[in-house]
Amino acid sequence: MLGNMTLMEFLGGGRAVPGHRPWPRVQLDERGWRELLHQMAISEWTLLGLWGEGKEIHVALRDDADGSIGVASLHCPDRRFPSLSEVRPGAIRLERAIRDLHGLIPEGLADLRPWLDHGRWPLAVPLAGLRGAVPQASPDYSFLPVEGESLHQIPVGPVHAGVIEPGHFRFTCAGETVVRLEERLGYTHKGVESLMAGRPVAEAARLAGRISGDSTVAYAIAFARAVEAATGAEAAPRADWLRALFAELERIANHLLDIGAIANDAAFGFLLARCMVLREQILSFNETYFGHRLLMDRVIPGGVAVDLTREATSVLRTLIHDLRKGFKKLVAIYDDLPSLQDRTVGTGIVHGSLAYRFGAGGFVGRASSHGGDARKVPGYPPYDDLEFAVPVRPDGDVNARVWLRIEEVQASFGLLEQIIETIPGGHLHRPVPTRGGEGMSLVESFRGEILMWVRLSEVGKVVRCHPRDPSWFQWPLLEAAIEGNIVADFPLCNKSFNCSYSGADL
Amino acid sequence: MSLLRRLAQELLHGPRTIDGPVADPAGLEELARRIGERAQARLGRSLSIREVDAGSCNGCELEINAANGPVYDLERFGIRFVASPRHADVILVTGPVTTNMAVALQRTYDAAPHPKWVVAMGDCAIDGGCFAGGYAVLGGVHHVLPVDLSIPGCPPTPLKLLAGLLALLETVATGS
Repeated sequence: MLGNMTLMEFLGGGRAVPGHRPWPRVQLDERGWRELLHQMAISEWTLLGLWGEGKEIHVALRDDADGSIGVASLHCPDRRFPSLSEVRPGAIRLERAIRDLHGLIPEGLADLRPWLDHGRWPLAVPLAGLRGAVPQASPDYSFLPVEGESLHQIPVGPVHAGVIEPGHFRFTCAGETVVRLEERLGYTHKGVESLMAGRPVAEAARLAGRISGDSTVAYAIAFARAVEAATGAEAAPRADWLRALFAELERIANHLLDIGAIANDAAFGFLLARCMVLREQILSFNETYFGHRLLMDRVIPGGVAVDLTREATSVLRTLIHDLRKGFKKLVAIYDDLPSLQDRTVGTGIVHGSLAYRFGAGGFVGRASSHGGDARKVPGYPPYDDLEFAVPVRPDGDVNARVWLRIEEVQASFGLLEQIIETIPGGHLHRPVPTRGGEGMSLVESFRGEILMWVRLSEVGKVVRCHPRDPSWFQWPLLEAAIEGNIVADFPLCNKSFNCSYSGADL
Repeated sequence: MSLLRRLAQELLHGPRTIDGPVADPAGLEELARRIGERAQARLGRSLSIREVDAGSCNGCELEINAANGPVYDLERFGIRFVASPRHADVILVTGPVTTNMAVALQRTYDAAPHPKWVVAMGDCAIDGGCFAGGYAVLGGVHHVLPVDLSIPGCPPTPLKLLAGLLALLETVATGS
């Protein structure tokens, strides 16, 4: 393509910022930033993250052609920056959040409504560090206008009928058919980024493990890896393997619940009950041998907090065998029930082009032809020593997202077996040096790729931490997936996405 | 055919639900039965719970769902989660209560008929947990609603949740 260049070639034109690991970070001026937008429009560079820091804006990108990753930063003294939303629609909500939190104005962003700020915080632009700033946002929110004959609206949430997280869904329907869904999130915004700042690494790690409770292991690994990168430290080798063991147990446990819950939303409770029995076996094992059912706080910067004993190894081996057997039977049932598949096949289709444009990862992306798995690219230990397949499907419907999970569970069984057989001995933990620096990590949670970026001070405290949940790039696709489907299929679609509210609300 | 075969196997195998009345060290069944009896005595019917996530990390929700699942099976003891606060005796709240959820939490409580009780589940709901002090959280359910019982833990296990509900009924029975 004419005028096209690789991401690394482009970033080579900026001013390199020292101390950013493991990928480079460069400083761009406004002209450089505009050039970046131009290049993004004609290149296959995936938006990994976009976040503010004081009067600066950072963007993390991956060049899909060669897998290289880099961060570009723009200093915006007048608190304005050229918006990325036109070249990467996944940036829209991130920029709305940046405007709410930092008071940095994305120039060219069409949707300037607040996102996380519901007009209920005691202060305005909480991360901007402005004294005496008065809250601007109002509790009133203007949903997108809808015009047409015989349309009606159904408002749902933030408190839902089931035991799930809070969020608001505004459906506009023509009869039973959903014409438009508009999401309004931010209800679980806890100010995680503000709480992270100034905390010692160990305390911040605890917080990182509670950004999205179902992905606590993945978040803890992401934070630990970012801190290790920033300080130039490496985790103990055995710890890398134990982290992967925890992460795969977490992946299986979550996928089991999702598969069951999707079937349950199609009125087939049997599968949910059976999946929950399997899931409970994992959680009980976790509690008995690792001390926490969800494995919170088991991964810490520098390593892990708990070992896999000889006894646990043998119990786990049997457990995997039993789970494999039990799961296979459940898969056969799903595969064998036309009445269930009647609800899942062809429902809630996400087109590959949309998954690609939003850079959606995880099962949402991979069920719509958009591959990619942080365990493979950029990869991190011990996955480079393990063999596993990353399933990708083209159909993009609820059924495809179910099968994606089924195949991932099976792949994770294989990973667990390999880990048990080949895990090296040695220490569980290495002290993390007290040192300043900037670090970034990409870790594959059950839901998709988590980006974690930290800046540490010389005394080992967090100056700035930005976690980007995979759901940021998946939530917008749910709005597209439900279009043209009936209202009754929304729970099914929503469950097949299972986006994190807490993770994306921060 | 595999579903039929599977169902037949299930019938032969018996339930997966935890049993073991007294022998069970945690005393799950006994505990749950006592809750059921208390609820009957106080309310003359089952205990209905409306759960409100007031900004949790979703860890507590996972454990509530586990308690509702076939292994713990709360519903066999007459404890059930309901969709509407109009049908609830208990408002079970998780999370540090974000400022963005405070109004929804208050409205859910207001919508529940009397008598009603509020349970704060998890460290966050008790005092904000690790999110305490943030600009966007109120730091515990007691800032919005009168709390009758707190169940500590991060997150509390299904057994602790059950034990907590028992404690609530003890309080209700003796305190009013």
